[in-house]
Amino acid sequence: MLLTIKDIDKSFFGVQVLRKINFSVEKGVVHGLVGENGAGKTTLMNILGGYIQPDNGFMILCDKPYKPKSPRDALNNGIAFIHQELNLFNNLSVAENLFLTNFPLKKPCFLKTINKNSLIQKSKTILEKLDLNIQPDTPVAKLSAGQRQMIEIAKALIADAKLIIFDEPTTSLTQYEANVLFKIINQLKLSGVSSIYISHNIDDVLKICDSVTVLRDGEVVANGQSSDFDKNSLISHMLGRSLDKFFPPKKNIPKNQILIKVKDLSLPGVISNISFDLYESEILGIAGLLGSGKTELASLLFHGASNLSGQIFFQNNDITNLSPAEKIKLGIAYLTEERRADGLCLDRSIYDNIILSALRNYARTCISFIDYNKLSEDVRCIANKVELKAIKDHSAPVKTLSGGNQQKVVLSKWLLTKPTVLILDEPTRGIDVGAKHEIYALLNKIVEGNAGILFISSDFDELIGICDRIIVLSRGEIAGELSKSDFNNSRIFELASKRHANEKFK
Amino acid sequence: MRNSNNKPIQNFILNNLPIFLLVCTVIVFSLFSDKFLQLSNFKNILVQASSNIILATGITFVLITGGVDLSIGSIMFLSGAIISKLICQNHPPILSCALAFVACIICGLLNSIFISKFRILPFIVTLAAMYFWRGTGLWLTETRALNLPDNFTRLSSFNFLGVPLPIIMVFIIVSVCQWILSKTVFGKHLYATGENIDGAQKAGVNTSRIIFTVYLISSVCAFIGSVISLSQIGALSPTFGLNKEFSAIAAAVLGGTSLFGGKGKVFPGTLAGALLIQTIENGLVVCNADPYLYQIAIAAVILFAVLIDCTRQIIAKKQNIRLIRPQDFS
Repeated sequence: MLLTIKDIDKSFFGVQVLRKINFSVEKGVVHGLVGENGAGKTTLMNILGGYIQPDNGFMILCDKPYKPKSPRDALNNGIAFIHQELNLFNNLSVAENLFLTNFPLKKPCFLKTINKNSLIQKSKTILEKLDLNIQPDTPVAKLSAGQRQMIEIAKALIADAKLIIFDEPTTSLTQYEANVLFKIINQLKLSGVSSIYISHNIDDVLKICDSVTVLRDGEVVANGQSSDFDKNSLISHMLGRSLDKFFPPKKNIPKNQILIKVKDLSLPGVISNISFDLYESEILGIAGLLGSGKTELASLLFHGASNLSGQIFFQNNDITNLSPAEKIKLGIAYLTEERRADGLCLDRSIYDNIILSALRNYARTCISFIDYNKLSEDVRCIANKVELKAIKDHSAPVKTLSGGNQQKVVLSKWLLTKPTVLILDEPTRGIDVGAKHEIYALLNKIVEGNAGILFISSDFDELIGICDRIIVLSRGEIAGELSKSDFNNSRIFELASKRHANEKFK
Repeated sequence: MRNSNNKPIQNFILNNLPIFLLVCTVIVFSLFSDKFLQLSNFKNILVQASSNIILATGITFVLITGGVDLSIGSIMFLSGAIISKLICQNHPPILSCALAFVACIICGLLNSIFISKFRILPFIVTLAAMYFWRGTGLWLTETRALNLPDNFTRLSSFNFLGVPLPIIMVFIIVSVCQWILSKTVFGKHLYATGENIDGAQKAGVNTSRIIFTVYLISSVCAFIGSVISLSQIGALSPTFGLNKEFSAIAAAVLGGTSLFGGKGKVFPGTLAGALLIQTIENGLVVCNADPYLYQIAIAAVILFAVLIDCTRQIIAKKQNIRLIRPQDFS
């Protein structure tokens, strides 16, 4: 047994986050760790990675007691933690990032001079081991998301890690990059390096993990070989109830009134000849793999660009050249895929975040007093609608919320402006199954009125479950359009990857 | 798929902007005046710029961490005050300089302790230090100008194989500092700290030691700058070193150092920046321009250089947009 975790307890400010956690990881396996947001996965891994210390319990690594005091200490003991947000320095080269804390030095040595030849040589060896075709002196700023992930893995290998913890590693990777990552994890496994793999993507977990542990409310609720589980049983363990339907029932009926009409939208090198209509009370899905141009399309619809050609109409008015602020005024809302960076002021309260965009509507002029009574009333109303009621205190900072609740805050912010069109880019990324369900239900409720939603996602099952119509993008072009009766996961995938087949990936 | 390097000339100029601007300035002034393009004039520019180059070299380290040091002008004044006071009381110059050096180290240490141990914003700490040390210096000299004897001013006219001492000092300091930045572990950790201090800490870099060291370096550079400047002027006035921190920051920024941290080089960047400022001033003098124009011209150049730098970053960003449809370009 490589690692055994025994009776670990942890509480923060009197709230018990982990309760008697027991599980173990064998040598040379990939161990999946799943659970809803707030189930305690991150806390447990932070204990393992040396960021925090447990209140009770102990850990055994390679038959020796293991008590990491710092991340550095954990790494010295052979446990490497690859965070969702990678820790690389864009202003340094690949080789410098790899050896940042243990540069090969020149001898005799004055002021710790770096031995450049040895640095390049050592980096080359490790990059070759991972089959990476990157020159060691390339600046990290020039690498793609997938390559950066590989650099983190290379760092773990340099530290001679016995166990690598992957926290949601695939969220920013393309399908192809994710497959490369899985291949590498498999190679590591064969060479005796174990991994702990944390992900919300149940399919990936079942595909690559040998064993799985499910956490719920700080306790281990299931543990076993991944062959003993299937998708449904894992989800019911995670939620503590079976989710008989992933997707809530839909009651909206798309009307004939066109809300948004996009005509021949093109931007050289990005998108080409995109035309579609969005009707009232409709959820229109935009499907595509990473790099298909779906995120760019959403951003162009909202922000525009100087060399954009084509036209965008909103209720028969040409809005192609309007500024984002003017579009918001018309009732168009855009939620980016980076909700933390673009959508929230993390240190401010829930209340402050929700009122941000609509504040202007609650005062007669820019310098008049704000009608706080009405505002608070409306905020309460919206919070109930999005089921944020679980959090009673609206003055809590947003950063203390889980991913699902943060997304609800962003949605509330825009709902307060009473939008008629919502553009949502990956609204459920990084959110657990239960919270996803609530967000789907909310979106269904929104389109029961006259609003329309443009729902952009790379999760095809989700699109099938919630959309009325789906447009599939591939390499910046519309590869096909499916109506409700033709929805089919493999058909969407086929369309989305149509042109990727004969293209060489880098 | 990225379309980088499709405009190699444009990229080359943008990446070596300070040198390019320097060359342009030299060409423009040599068109206006035949006295400008002479070896003796260039030597003159280098000697006059030497103290600013050294100050700017020190502050580049601070700027790379994302901090700022507003106190170097005052530390320079304090060091000058100690040196002139002691020499005027007939103490040997070496001893006076050694005492001033110790005083500068203490100033640097205080900055370092407040910033890296007590975590007070560098701007506030060094702003306070700026007033404190100028006040101390004025108190020491009783706001009087002090004239220095020949045995000290000889220092600036000292030659080695025809090369004046200030130029030798500039050469040594710039090359040692650039070597530290690009070849040592300290340098790499410095850049990592400036880029992302939390990340560097997580990666195991001792960031508080890095930040501690840079304020010491900038104080030591302030000391060297003060000795050179004092020996050139030959007298200490109450305005000695006044606003020098700003011309040092200007030189570093002109040389491509980012005030947000993580980016900057002593050679060629800061050196070229400081030389650019001095060349413009010298060129305007040689061309008999109105003296009121000097500062206005420098203001225009600073703004212009930073404007181009921002444009460069926007261009670089555009070039790094992930292209989905490469065939549109082929």
